[in-house]
Amino acid sequence: MGTRELLGRVRMQDPEMTVATAPRSDSDKEAVAAMATPPTSPRQQTLSLFAYPIMGPLFALIVIFVTFSLTTSTFMNAGNMSLIAQQSVVTGTLALGQTLIILVSGIDLADGAIMVLGTVVAGSIASHSDAALAMALGFVACVVAASINGLVIARFRLPPFIATLGMFTIIAAAARLYSQSRSFPVTSDLLSVLGSGPEFGKVVVTYGTMLWVALTLVLGYALNETPWGVRVYAIGNSPIAARLNGVNVRRVVFSAYALAGVLYAFAAWQALGRTPIADPSGYQLANLDSITAVVIGGTSLFGGRGGVAGTFIGTLIVVALKNGLTQAGIDSLYQQIATGALVMLAVGADQHLGRGHRA
Amino acid sequence: MTPAFATVPSLAMQAIGLTKHYGQVVAMDGADFELARGEILAVVGDNGAGKSTLIKALAGALIPDSGQIYLDGEPVRFSSPLDARLAGVETVYQELAVATQLDIAQNMFLGREVRKPGVLGAFLWQLDKKRMRQQAAEQMHSLGVRVQSIRQTIETLSGGQRQAVAVARAAAWGRKVVMLDEPTAALGVRETHQVLDLIRRLREHGRSVVLISHSMPEVFAIADRVHIHRLGRRAAIVSPKTTVMSDVVAVITGALRSDAVVSAALAPARAPTAD
Repeated sequence: MGTRELLGRVRMQDPEMTVATAPRSDSDKEAVAAMATPPTSPRQQTLSLFAYPIMGPLFALIVIFVTFSLTTSTFMNAGNMSLIAQQSVVTGTLALGQTLIILVSGIDLADGAIMVLGTVVAGSIASHSDAALAMALGFVACVVAASINGLVIARFRLPPFIATLGMFTIIAAAARLYSQSRSFPVTSDLLSVLGSGPEFGKVVVTYGTMLWVALTLVLGYALNETPWGVRVYAIGNSPIAARLNGVNVRRVVFSAYALAGVLYAFAAWQALGRTPIADPSGYQLANLDSITAVVIGGTSLFGGRGGVAGTFIGTLIVVALKNGLTQAGIDSLYQQIATGALVMLAVGADQHLGRGHRA
Repeated sequence: MTPAFATVPSLAMQAIGLTKHYGQVVAMDGADFELARGEILAVVGDNGAGKSTLIKALAGALIPDSGQIYLDGEPVRFSSPLDARLAGVETVYQELAVATQLDIAQNMFLGREVRKPGVLGAFLWQLDKKRMRQQAAEQMHSLGVRVQSIRQTIETLSGGQRQAVAVARAAAWGRKVVMLDEPTAALGVRETHQVLDLIRRLREHGRSVVLISHSMPEVFAIADRVHIHRLGRRAAIVSPKTTVMSDVVAVITGALRSDAVVSAALAPARAPTAD
């Protein structure tokens, strides 16, 4: 189906390279048995850790940095760079989970609400009980909520958009009911530790920033170097092909949502480090921000293409753009317009450049 | 149910009386099937005759309502495609089951990835990419499938090459049986010939091959025996040496009674009183 059409579009490497009959030889006879014993073929050694195109987003990030460095006097200095990193951690950590979900052709509109639920659970329990217990229960709340998403999507086949839209409103309301719409100031060192960190002169490298980088690396490893990662990409690419090849599609999709829940819990911890108050009505646009960061980072909304390196850069783009426009004294409404335009540009690029155009 | 007949030792795969209903629709109506070791068996039939349903049942992609499947004479029950695979039965489906954005090696090993030995593989689940690429390259080479690089993504390949990758993968894992559902349907003349050559090579390598095809010239060029499927069951199984093409077509369409052609069946026919 559609193969002929694809044929026409695919860049033919060399007409002679189509399935060619090799000269019959004795090696044919031993053919399949040879699968068991690997021969040596020295040519194919080069690494391709980040095989996906992050060059576009990286270029955009550099343009933003250069532009604001030239147009403002306050953008390019160590203090502001540290600030950009700190402003990035919450959206950036959420966006890691969002990346995972978008890679399996899903979308999560509830990520921000799940994170807020985590902060409220942790904050409220910490106000009268042990901080470590509070943190642990906050993690549980996030993972359970995200796993419910995974369950209804993987098991009961609800469209991810609808399922997570429903969960978004349910969880946001549940967090308010649970907290009776109160906020909980966080005094515990454990809960707010990610907002602090070693200082180098005026520059603070927070533990939250370190955590964000570490989580990106761990997830990058999982996606690029493990069987699970290959299957995530395969499912996003073609769920039918994955299923027919014996991949348990439901289980992998569920695992993506559940693991995203762990990342949302880390994001909740990050959020308490940024602003040490658990507010049930906070971070209302965090879901859209995270999707924006993922999309700008070059991960395809169709699934199967992209990755966390792009998301890391995409987050920095979104934050640096807002930060720079603020430094330049431009109204925050224009910042939103700029971000919106950037998203449309990124998705447009995906539509036109994607799908079989990548060699 | 205990079948009242003997299984034939030379059969790689056999099925007796498979049925499948979808509500009122009968997709399989007591379908029999037999595949001898090391043969190419063509399965032909009209659209909607239930060929794909039969193949899916044999491949574990659907579970028949009743009937029994045997592999090497042993009764088997596949509850998922993975079960069939583990038993040595591989299938190349009509909807070309390759992930286009993954490379050739990744596709060859999808669902059966190889991890590195030692701690890296056991605890960090690290893929042994080098080993998988080497084995994939070796497999492609031994079947005479030429590609520039094993690291090419499938989307950079031609239709014939894509199909070749799918067939090579099935050959690599299907120790016993390789089933191909219209592997040449989307291909041009030249590419079709190349895939047919590849299928012949599978037979040389000792595989038992099931080939669903709509192309009679193709079937008569390559098949050892022809299974004619009609109205959800096997109408006849014939040899292309003793039955002419027009008679096969006549049985497919119902113009010729199935007992009017010379049967090439190896297993004894079921007693009509069975069930």
